[in-house]
Amino acid sequence: MTVFIPGPLRSYTGQRNEIEIEGATLAEVLSALDRRYPGLRFRIITEQDTIRAHIRIFVNQDQARDLRVVVGPADQIHIICALSGG
Amino acid sequence: MRGVRNREKPLARDSSKQPASAPRHASHPVTGRVLLLIGTRKGAFLLRSDRFRRSWKQSEPILLGHMVHHMMLDPRDRRTLLMAARTGHLGPTVFRSTDFGKTWKEAKKPPAFIKVPEGQSGRVVDHVFWLTPGHATEPNTWYAGTSPQGLFSSDDGGITWEPFSYINDDPQYREWMGTVQDGTPDGPKLHSIILDPRDPTHLYLAMSGGGVHESVDGGKTFTTLMQGLAVVEGFDPTNPTFHDPHCVRLCPGNPDRLFQQNHCGIYRIDRPSNQWLRIGKNMPKTIGDIGFPMVVHPRDPDTAWVFPMDGSTVWPRVSPGGKPAAYITKNAGKSWTRQDKGFPRSNAWWTVKRQAMTADAHEPVGLYLGTTSGEVWASRTGGASWTCVARHLPEIYSVEATDPTK
Repeated sequence: MTVFIPGPLRSYTGQRNEIEIEGATLAEVLSALDRRYPGLRFRIITEQDTIRAHIRIFVNQDQARDLRVVVGPADQIHIICALSGG
Repeated sequence: MRGVRNREKPLARDSSKQPASAPRHASHPVTGRVLLLIGTRKGAFLLRSDRFRRSWKQSEPILLGHMVHHMMLDPRDRRTLLMAARTGHLGPTVFRSTDFGKTWKEAKKPPAFIKVPEGQSGRVVDHVFWLTPGHATEPNTWYAGTSPQGLFSSDDGGITWEPFSYINDDPQYREWMGTVQDGTPDGPKLHSIILDPRDPTHLYLAMSGGGVHESVDGGKTFTTLMQGLAVVEGFDPTNPTFHDPHCVRLCPGNPDRLFQQNHCGIYRIDRPSNQWLRIGKNMPKTIGDIGFPMVVHPRDPDTAWVFPMDGSTVWPRVSPGGKPAAYITKNAGKSWTRQDKGFPRSNAWWTVKRQAMTADAHEPVGLYLGTTSGEVWASRTGGASWTCVARHLPEIYSVEATDPTK
């Protein structure tokens, strides 16, 4: 599947904005992403495995509320930096 | 579950012990250039002085857009910088530089609370607030305080962090820490992590809220240290929950003496006494003794500085009357003298946060402060006169003065 990386996280991905990666759940996808780009996951997921306050993750058009969401090879995952103040 | 580190050194506290390499400023004045480490709401900056501390050169922004709560130089290798940072979107982390800020590398494992079993409510580090290098005899050890209140340590120079001691998850301490709603507007904090320069197992810490605490066994146990401290009227002063120490500093010239700027006044304690003395009662009544920073002299334990703010009515948290001034005591708090030469005479509605005022180790002592409106002010004369050395920066969170010479 394809993960779309927002600007604030591209320092981790060598400025790449689209990453092809595998996983059966959102948790697996983010773990795989962190193995490839160490440190990325903790900037968007807390130590309690919750999505951080100003981060939103969409699987295709649906917002994911937790990491147990099942994903498939054709899915597109968008990591979004939501509004966080001035 | 991740390991929780404790120092395993059953070392009795002994005032005669001296560290293998005592902090340079504890014994004699230094000379030469000063490097200021400035943490702001929108990135970090370095300010380098000439060897006379007259002219200053400002760096380009470092990690522009990051909220930098604290930046510290390792006094043991005089080379490693640690920075506590986050952004509006991204979670908290620690960056590390070994080339005076030219390049930065993120910690492999930033401070984080222990993950609780599914279905339970666990805490999340919002930001790393305070960084303290470990004892001179423990070269790679660092401590970090977080918001909400958490205590962490690193044994590898800041690359990986683990919870330190038991207090993060201790039911009694959790009760004293309260919830996020009980804390300061930008989050309750653990701060003022202080190592006794004579003994690495003797440490102090403070929590806003949650009081002042001491360990004499390397963090295995902590006891409260709050006798004599006032709390907001109507609350129980025996309950640590209601205590709000803003900044605690240990005197390098006498490690048995500490000064404290508290939500409810300015205090001094002389150990082994457990009784804080409210020396802020000797401040001018029109100014009061409310503020955030506390600065101690690098050698003279009778000399300290505060920067009062308006704590009246709704707590405007600005300089009283719009007239900024530091106050100095040279007799351990028996009397205070106003130091406002060089500051605006009126209409200056800024103040100074708890980590944003500091001293160097020169003679005369240099003082430095960063304002909530983005100015850095310096004094080469121990506060007798002040000069603005940088302006138009973002809101300043922290200022540390270091000696960059090897």
